[in-house]
Amino acid sequence: MKIVVLVKHVPDATADRTFDPSDNTTDRTGVDGLLSELDEYAVEEALKIVDAGHDSGGVEVIAMTMGPDGASDAVKKALQMGADSGVHVLDDALHGSDALATARVLAAAVGTVGEVDLVLTGMASTDGSMSVVPAMLAEYLDLPHVGFVGELTVSESSVTCRRDGDVASQTVEAALPAIVSVTDQINEPRYPSFKGIMAAKKKPVQTWSLADLGVDAGAVGLDAALSVVREVVKRPERSQGEVVTDEGDGGVRLAEFLAARKFV
Amino acid sequence: MGEILVLVDHVDGVVRKTTTELLTIARRAGDPVAVFLGSGYDDAARQVLASYGATKVYVADAPELEEFLVAPKAEALAQAATACGAVAVLVTASAEGKEIAARLAVKLGSGVITDATDVAADLTTTQSVFAGGYTVAAQVPSGVAVIAVKPNAATPEPSPSSPAEEKLAVTISDSARRARIVARAPRAATGRPELTEAAIVVSGGRGTGGDFGPVEELADALGGAVGASRAAVDSGWYPHAYQVGQTGKTVSPQLYLAAGISGAIQHRAGMQTSKTIVAVNKDPEAPIFAMADFGVVGDLHTILPQVTAEVRKRKA
Repeated sequence: MKIVVLVKHVPDATADRTFDPSDNTTDRTGVDGLLSELDEYAVEEALKIVDAGHDSGGVEVIAMTMGPDGASDAVKKALQMGADSGVHVLDDALHGSDALATARVLAAAVGTVGEVDLVLTGMASTDGSMSVVPAMLAEYLDLPHVGFVGELTVSESSVTCRRDGDVASQTVEAALPAIVSVTDQINEPRYPSFKGIMAAKKKPVQTWSLADLGVDAGAVGLDAALSVVREVVKRPERSQGEVVTDEGDGGVRLAEFLAARKFV
Repeated sequence: MGEILVLVDHVDGVVRKTTTELLTIARRAGDPVAVFLGSGYDDAARQVLASYGATKVYVADAPELEEFLVAPKAEALAQAATACGAVAVLVTASAEGKEIAARLAVKLGSGVITDATDVAADLTTTQSVFAGGYTVAAQVPSGVAVIAVKPNAATPEPSPSSPAEEKLAVTISDSARRARIVARAPRAATGRPELTEAAIVVSGGRGTGGDFGPVEELADALGGAVGASRAAVDSGWYPHAYQVGQTGKTVSPQLYLAAGISGAIQHRAGMQTSKTIVAVNKDPEAPIFAMADFGVVGDLHTILPQVTAEVRKRKA
């Protein structure tokens, strides 16, 4: 079984994230980046399938990313956790790509890997957080997709998923090959072990350009984006209001505040 | 001005409030055309869509819409968009809504914007990004704009109409019949408002120590929804469906009351745009106080019941 896990390198959410003022794209160089936390759950889920070992032919896990130079760090982290090999789609023409172009390029990359049984992704990136790329990938690859999966069972030919929807929890079945995006409820991602960190140094990472994938550079990037950011405004910091220490009447004072603001 | 398609968000035919918000927004930009997918379309549903100004209602019912996940809905919606020559499609920014929007954008070759907190008459959207740190204005400059709109993006304004009704015969491809729904367990009803739609949200975190009783009682006294921090959910104290934050729901209520929640970036991402924020926490250094309009340093187990009693007294 061949599994591709999509991993994204994102600006650290605890840092002061910002935009490039020249073109309103996410600043990916001025802020430290790391593997999007939500993608760790997808990596872990792939490794759990390896650990379960019920595919007699063995399970191969490929961590794939698209992004500028630093994005290979996301692949590296996945390799340290236990993925077998990596793919980094790297091309200057990709700068400013929208979700559609991203999905199109990743679809081409999955196609180039070939004979992939399962594509695993996180539920969202922690930077753009649109949650649209997996479903778009399903359209481009013409594969079934199950999103927001909180429990996954994989057999040699199909997946059974518990999808945690807004109004109901659904059990969904799909034949392989398929795309599954997982939530942060599905598992507890492992930390890379020292052994894993050392082993990762020897694991192969391929770097592919758009030409390698047969994708026209004119179809991606900022100029080809079908949605445009017109303006970016830093939200004013919220100012701190009154903070009181409870001396037995804290609840009453809070209720008075609520009443003054007409919530009661 | 043209036709603005609104995907009706409904549970077994009961139209959700978010749909009335979408219709209100659609009226700013053109003629709202409602698309009702699946079974359950009845007089009550018709009444809601007419009250909020739908000029036309497409009803498409096919068994595939309920037997398979998302893909058939996206195909049906694409067919509706083509049938009326829509200039834009609005869907609710729920988990399913965003997946439908994603697939629709590919089918129509359109740009897609998600999580809009407002949509102007020229279809320029407003979004809150980077944990609420920035406000972004975006647009789909050409083609059919596909926009997933967050709950509470508009105050629903009635505008009675007499919409024409049209049954839409949709064709669902084999490709769209591959993720089969084999079982469905509705979430247990709480009797409280839907978290993302509620005007008041009372949330509990690590400080509850696992006892959400005081949080629920205050939420009920105020007529609000209950939320939980990731720490509380990860500890198994409250279901994930109620998690507020980066990896849960994003809420933007009139009042957000955080009890026993420190206010890590993960949580702030989900509630920073709330109108009024109130915090109760034992730790005076908790970052939540820096963004609170009112805060009480103390034990939520004594403070919350006191607030509840006082609220009940004032309401009586």
